[in-house]
Formats: sequence, structure tokens, C-alpha cells
Amino acid sequence: MELVIFLAMAVLAVSSGIAVFVVDSMARATFALAVSFIAVGVELILLDMGYLGIITILMMVMEMAIMVVFMIMLMMNPGGLMPMSMFHNTRGSWLISLGTFAVLATGSLLIPWPVREGEPPADLTRALGEAIMGSKMLVMIAVSAVLFATMVSALVLSTSRGRYDS
Amino acid sequence: MSVTVWPVWGVLPVALAVLAFAVTAAILDSAAAPSGSRRLAATVFETARLLRQPRRSTPAPDALLWRIGTAGPLMVALLMAVVVPFGNGVLSNLNVGIVWFNAMDVLLWALWWLAGWGPNSMVALVGAYRFLAQALAYELPLMFALTAPAVAAASLDVTDVVAAQHHQWFIVQMPVATLVFLGSVVAYSVWGPMSHPVAADLAGGMLAEPTGIDRLVALAGRYALLAVGAAMAVALFLGGGSGPWFPAWAWSAFKTLLILAILVGVRRRVPVIRAEKFMTVAWTVVLPLILLQVLVVAILAARDASGVM
Repeated sequence: MELVIFLAMAVLAVSSGIAVFVVDSMARATFALAVSFIAVGVELILLDMGYLGIITILMMVMEMAIMVVFMIMLMMNPGGLMPMSMFHNTRGSWLISLGTFAVLATGSLLIPWPVREGEPPADLTRALGEAIMGSKMLVMIAVSAVLFATMVSALVLSTSRGRYDS
Repeated sequence: MSVTVWPVWGVLPVALAVLAFAVTAAILDSAAAPSGSRRLAATVFETARLLRQPRRSTPAPDALLWRIGTAGPLMVALLMAVVVPFGNGVLSNLNVGIVWFNAMDVLLWALWWLAGWGPNSMVALVGAYRFLAQALAYELPLMFALTAPAVAAASLDVTDVVAAQHHQWFIVQMPVATLVFLGSVVAYSVWGPMSHPVAADLAGGMLAEPTGIDRLVALAGRYALLAVGAAMAVALFLGGGSGPWFPAWAWSAFKTLLILAILVGVRRRVPVIRAEKFMTVAWTVVLPLILLQVLVVAILAARDASGVM
């Protein structure tokens, strides 16, 4: 049963990922991507990583809801009412994607896979929290400060004037 | 108090219970209308009217996304109900139930926006953008309001949170978190003071275009979100099914109805707040307050933990 759901979600993730480039409406493309991420989140839940899976769904849906605002603001054809190609640099991207696939596929076949050592902890969420809050805490604090500074400076750079200044 | 995990077929009674509470909310709402008791049956009449009403469409709608958007809120309410304990039972004692509840309310960001985007209508789309602005305002306070009981119970499992309240309900320790949670329920349900995205100045905003069965499902979804939010507030802050003399399910039902009545009643007591004003208040007043609340809860939890060990 779990295998069936896992396979169905895998197919859904890939096919909605393809749909992002097939549909010609920005809204549909955005939410096809959201569906793809939700399917990946469900895969994580099936791998007993409930917290990570649900957080993936949470973050990605929120992100897509914000992204769709910008996509519709900036793209020429937000509603898909006029035909428009979602592709550019097709030859280059074919080369890059086929090359990446070839490297990863041969790598996965040639690599000597390690044998499992030990058992996963009983409570994966707690183990994750202890890893983040314990040994990796300094990294998290540093990264969050850098991210926050990046966001604030991006906003400052993009809005030279306030909305109501003339 | 041990927790019973209901079998899988329990989804049907749980879904029916959610709908029953949603209908109760609708009846309470029409009973509170200015014309009073004559409108008690208004819910029945309106349901019958919407069921018979032919579906009216707009030029060039995105029908698929629109249907997803209008049916979505009800689906979200049902998905939330999976982890909400009622009485001594729960459908799933997922070990990260609070995160699940949070992820489901985030789905509303996408779904309400789709409800506004779908009909290809100006007022609906403006309403959808108002909702995203409102969502940016309420989401962080809501996340911290959910964090507080999780910290106090040292668990993300909602049933553990209920069990941790057998000495004292969490509302005593965290009144700010309780209020912020209830306010966020009102906000993500686009209800009452937080109904700016569907306000009359936009001719109904996101709800301007849906007709017939679509409108019925969207309105039912709003009431269901309020109902499940009330039940979750009871589990997180009001001790779940604990109480003297009566069985746990009766206490859960009573407390949920009480909270639901407050949530429904607030609509006719508080004016609609514009999204940008709400944003200012949420980020300059509510967010610092809820952070202080989490700090207090964390200090209390650390003191208790060190005292025990």
C-alpha cells in the first residue's frame, strides 16, 4: 500500500513538474510546481520523516503563493489568454539537462553504496531538533543573520522611495 | 486520561461532525442578524436557494483553478480535523500534529488566492491580493501562538498538549497566545473583522463571482474553518475534554460551541479592518507581544523541567 502511494506520488511529482512547462498560464504553472512540491513532501512523510515532509509542504505552498504575485506582476502573459512560449535557450538547456542526467545516472550506478550502520533514532523529529539546536546552532544563527540582512538590503535597494513619497 | 485513536472509518463521523458544527455556526450567525429570530431558518433557505441556483460563469475563467479555490477551504477544514482531539479520541495522533495543522492553514494562502484568480474578475483578484497581504500579517503570530503550547507540553503532538493540561489549562499561562490563535482563525477564515478580502467595498471580493453549489461549498468551508479552529483552540488552550461530571466528549462539544459562538459573534461587534492597517498592528504590536508570550512560556517550561529532574 505504501509502495503504491509512493509510486503514485513520484509520478505526480514528475508529471506536475513537466506541467509547469506545458501550461501557458502563469497561475497554472505556479500551482503545478506547488503540487509537485506537495508530492515530494508526501514522499518524505512516507519515508518516516514527518516533520521534514510537512514543513516542505508548508514552506513551498507559502512560497508559491508569494511567487505567483511576482510572476503575475512581471510576466507579459499572466493569464494564459495569449499564446506564449515558456521556453528559452532550448538547445542549451537540453545539453545541460541531458548532461546532468547522464552524470547523475552513471554516478548512481558506479558508486559503491555504503552499507547501513546503526538504526535510525526512535524520534526523528527530536533528533533533527537536537542536531539543529545543538551542534549546528552556530551555523543556523550565522545563516539566519545573513539571510535577514540580504532580505532587508534587497528591499532597501529596490525601493529607493516609499510608496507615498512623490 | 488515555487517548483513543479512532479507526480509519472514523473519517466519516468526523467529517459529519465538522459539517454539523459548520451548520451550527451558520445558524448562530443568522440568529445574530438584526432581524432576529425570524431568520433562524435562513441557513436552510439559503442552502436550498444555492442548490437550485444555476451556475453563472464569467468570460474566460480558469475553471479548474477556480473550483479548486472555492472547494479548498472546506477540504482544509476536514484535513485539519484529522489531528484535532475531541473528547478522549482523535483520528490521528500524528507526532507532529501541530505542524500539520499549521501546514494546512498555509494551504489557504494558495486556495483563497486561487478562488480570487479563477473567475477572471477584477474585484475577485483584488480580494485575493488583500488576502495575501492579510496572510503575511497573521501567519507569523499564528506560528508563534502554535509554538507556545508545544513548548509548554514539550511535544508537537496535539494529544500530548491536551494531556499536559490536566493540572492547569494553558489559557492561564498563555492568554496572549490564546487570543492570537483565535484572531488568526478569524483571519484565515476571512471572517468578520478580517473579511477585508471579501468586503462589501469590493462587492464581495473573492466571493463576488461564485454562484450555486460553488458558493455553497465556499461559504460552508468558511464556517467549517471557524468550527475546526474553535475545536483546536479547545484542545490547545482550554484543556480539551477535561471537566467535572460530564463525559469528555460533552465537554469538548460544549467548549467548542462556546468558542465558536464567540468567533461567529465577533462579526457583528467589530468593524472590518483594512489589510494594510492590520499589517501594521500585526507586526508592530502583536508580534512582539506573542514573542514575549513564548519567552514566558519557555522560561516556565525550563523551570518545570529543571525542577523535576
